[in-house]
Amino acid sequence: MSTPLAQSSPAPEDEDAPRPPDNNHWHNVFRSITTGNALVAVLSVVLAVIVGSLMIMFTDEGVRESSKYFFSRPGDFLTEARDAITGAYTALFRGSIYNSRADDFTTAIRPLTETLKFAGPLIAAGLGVGLAFRAGLFNIGGRGQMLLAGAAGGWIAINVDLPAPLHLPLAVIAAMLAGALWSGLAGLLKARTGAHEVIVTIMLNYVGFYLVFYALSQQNILQAPGSANVKSLPMQESATLPKIFGERYNVHLGFVLALVAVAVVWWLLNRSALGYRFRAVGENPHAARTAGIDVGRTYVVVMLIAGSLVGLAGANQALGTVTSGVTVDLDAGIGFDAITVALLGRSNPIGILFAGLLFGAFKAGGFSMQASEGIPVDIVLVIQSLIVLFIAAPPLVRALFRLPTKEAK
Amino acid sequence: MQLALRGITKRFGSLVANDRISLTVEPGEIHCLLGENGAGKSTLMNVLYGLYQADEGEIVLDGDVQHFSGPGDAIAAGIGMVHQHFMLVPVFTVAENVMLGNEATGFGGSLDLDAARARVREISERFGFHVDPDAIVEELPVGVQQRVEIIKALSRDAQVLVFDEPTAVLTPQETDELMEIMRQLKAAGTAIVFITHKLREVREVADRITVIRLGAVVGEASPTASNAELASLMVGRPVELTVHKEPPTLGEDALVVDGLTVADASGLVHVNDISFSIKAGEILAVAGVQGNGQTELTEALLGLQEHVGGSIRLDGKELRGRRVRQILDAGVGFVPEDRQVDGLVGTFSIAENLMLDRSFGAPFVRVGSVQLGKLKAFAQQKLREYDVRAPGISTHAGNLSGGNQQKVVVARELSRDLRLLVAAQPTRGVDVGSIEFIHKQIVATRDAGIPVLVVSTELDEVAALADRIMVLYRGRIVGIVPADTPREVLGLMMAGERPAGAVA
Repeated sequence: MSTPLAQSSPAPEDEDAPRPPDNNHWHNVFRSITTGNALVAVLSVVLAVIVGSLMIMFTDEGVRESSKYFFSRPGDFLTEARDAITGAYTALFRGSIYNSRADDFTTAIRPLTETLKFAGPLIAAGLGVGLAFRAGLFNIGGRGQMLLAGAAGGWIAINVDLPAPLHLPLAVIAAMLAGALWSGLAGLLKARTGAHEVIVTIMLNYVGFYLVFYALSQQNILQAPGSANVKSLPMQESATLPKIFGERYNVHLGFVLALVAVAVVWWLLNRSALGYRFRAVGENPHAARTAGIDVGRTYVVVMLIAGSLVGLAGANQALGTVTSGVTVDLDAGIGFDAITVALLGRSNPIGILFAGLLFGAFKAGGFSMQASEGIPVDIVLVIQSLIVLFIAAPPLVRALFRLPTKEAK
Repeated sequence: MQLALRGITKRFGSLVANDRISLTVEPGEIHCLLGENGAGKSTLMNVLYGLYQADEGEIVLDGDVQHFSGPGDAIAAGIGMVHQHFMLVPVFTVAENVMLGNEATGFGGSLDLDAARARVREISERFGFHVDPDAIVEELPVGVQQRVEIIKALSRDAQVLVFDEPTAVLTPQETDELMEIMRQLKAAGTAIVFITHKLREVREVADRITVIRLGAVVGEASPTASNAELASLMVGRPVELTVHKEPPTLGEDALVVDGLTVADASGLVHVNDISFSIKAGEILAVAGVQGNGQTELTEALLGLQEHVGGSIRLDGKELRGRRVRQILDAGVGFVPEDRQVDGLVGTFSIAENLMLDRSFGAPFVRVGSVQLGKLKAFAQQKLREYDVRAPGISTHAGNLSGGNQQKVVVARELSRDLRLLVAAQPTRGVDVGSIEFIHKQIVATRDAGIPVLVVSTELDEVAALADRIMVLYRGRIVGIVPADTPREVLGLMMAGERPAGAVA
């Protein structure tokens, strides 16, 4: 006979109702990290930027020098500090939005196009991670999914001969399909065996990497004929993503495709029955199951779609940004940056759009900061990591130390 | 020792859980605190026990104002609490549990278990508890575990004993024994606060009754008041306690369960070879103390259990082994026991929750797209029809009170095309007004010719709703008896004794 032994005190309302099992506890922590309102996102960015600024300040030569005689002439220190920080952010702005030092408008606006170029794949992959978050799944497989997507799209781009209106879509679709299958594999394993998707997707990253490495080292698969490099032939013209603002700028159709993806994912989550079920499973898998929703099947479908979005980012890279040939680093860390983008965007398509743009700006402007101010481009990485920390740490710390989220009842 | 609460006020943000509550309990008096779920009784007791600090007001014992910074202070001052969910360590013995937090130590800090055992025996004999100090707690029946809780409180020389909803987990016989214990304690001079929402018990033992509604005292009632009077005081308006029910118009056998067995993953059998049937237009109520297989039975009917043997046929179609979706499509409606975990998605709006098991196809889905207009109209209509108290259909379900949440679940299930309704603990944690409403809906469903299975641990609810009663004990059917079977007989059956003449 079951006995009602000590449990934590229930809310005043449902005194008779039994408490949900303890694994709901960690489920709630996951939800409070990955979803929620924009306030957390904005505050995390502000805090991260403040800490980043302090770091910029204390690594600046002038600041260090003037700090030695701080107490006799504090004015120098403050001036140096102000200069260091403003210098950094104006350099960031010049590199990511508008280059005020350029001669004409068309050159001055170039940084903005670079931002858009970098933002495209971040948005697409971010959508892939964010969509999975909404269904309660953590997709860390961005790297493997992008590599296989790039390899698949690249293969079509190199080896198939079709006119452009057919060739390019085929290559993009092949890339999205490859990403979908690689991610869907993790979903299938979770549905059938309960294998945690974090473990599976991380392992599949390695498997995917080495598969692509192998393909790029074999002459008859992807490697450029006659070459010893682990690299493929360049993409054919008919399968490259065309530049959308003319040859001057590097931004290409991939950005537009990312915007389309934002709209599609928004519709999926907010208007479609399938997205409704994703959200139900993500918010409360028990109630979803009791309501007749097949949770396992939902996991598979979500991972398939999420993988196709990450695959779109892979196509973006292989067919647009770096068309000189598929290599094993075509993912350029986007797979992992996408996690930060999704967290910052609170797993919301519009939020992810803005988060992707922000990170695109960081990427574009980081080089300028290094070039003109001597600030290591890694500071951008530090700021990105701090953002993740400030978003994820409070709920995690509260959970680990069992602190109440509201007043203890 | 006399306990007086003067003007206790406790706020949680903008919610006033206790609003200037004052009451006095004299030594040797049983004072009942009566109120619905959510009225603020538990909050008040948590203030008394030192778990919360009151924003205003004071706690007075024998004329001295007390300041409790935690339960330790309250216990030291002589206040003992018998919690609704026992605070016992299952693998410890009775003596070890009783000494927990108040250990007598001998030489060098070693535990003096003999002293604890002696204390348990002393108290046990004084009140006729018959508790063995060396018994392991998890092996004891629930009624005896509760006595261990009482002994624990008394061992700290508690002069004020607070019983928080003690009868939720007891059989009728154990409840009667508890009432007897309370009378003995009262005779020994203890002041007793008895918190409950069960009117029958209140009238049996109370010397005085204070009724709380929405955080404030609405008045004192006399123990001679009728159930109906007490209920109206609790709710604030006249309440029909027992739903009007015409005799059933029976149809054919609709649900036929044959040899049903449900085991869990470790092989433990929860439902053991039971067979029963329900006719169309009939309510079969399943009575029994929580934990005798009722939960597993309802889950098996819905396809939520994995290790199920036997046969479940609805309208001739076999349902055992089918997936949840298929069973729902066959017309089975389900009001789950735990609405917050299994019934609703707390972060979804009321409207979104109303389509939770209807997200495939008409009327709410067309071409894969959710028909928001239709959903909105449906939700608004249901909100009106079921009198769900909420700001609007976009309110998150998690922000509703228990009763309103349950109304949303019931509204959802009853607006489907049903061939069977399974309702597990349909009014647990629900306010009296909503209980009335939900019972009416269940009877209306039955009158529309649909078979209904209701599982309830509340005998009053079973008696009110049932056309026939099936009692489960340890996964087996003790008997299926007519609805007018006396409480005493049902109580015996709930404890496993099969009376003569009952159908197995």
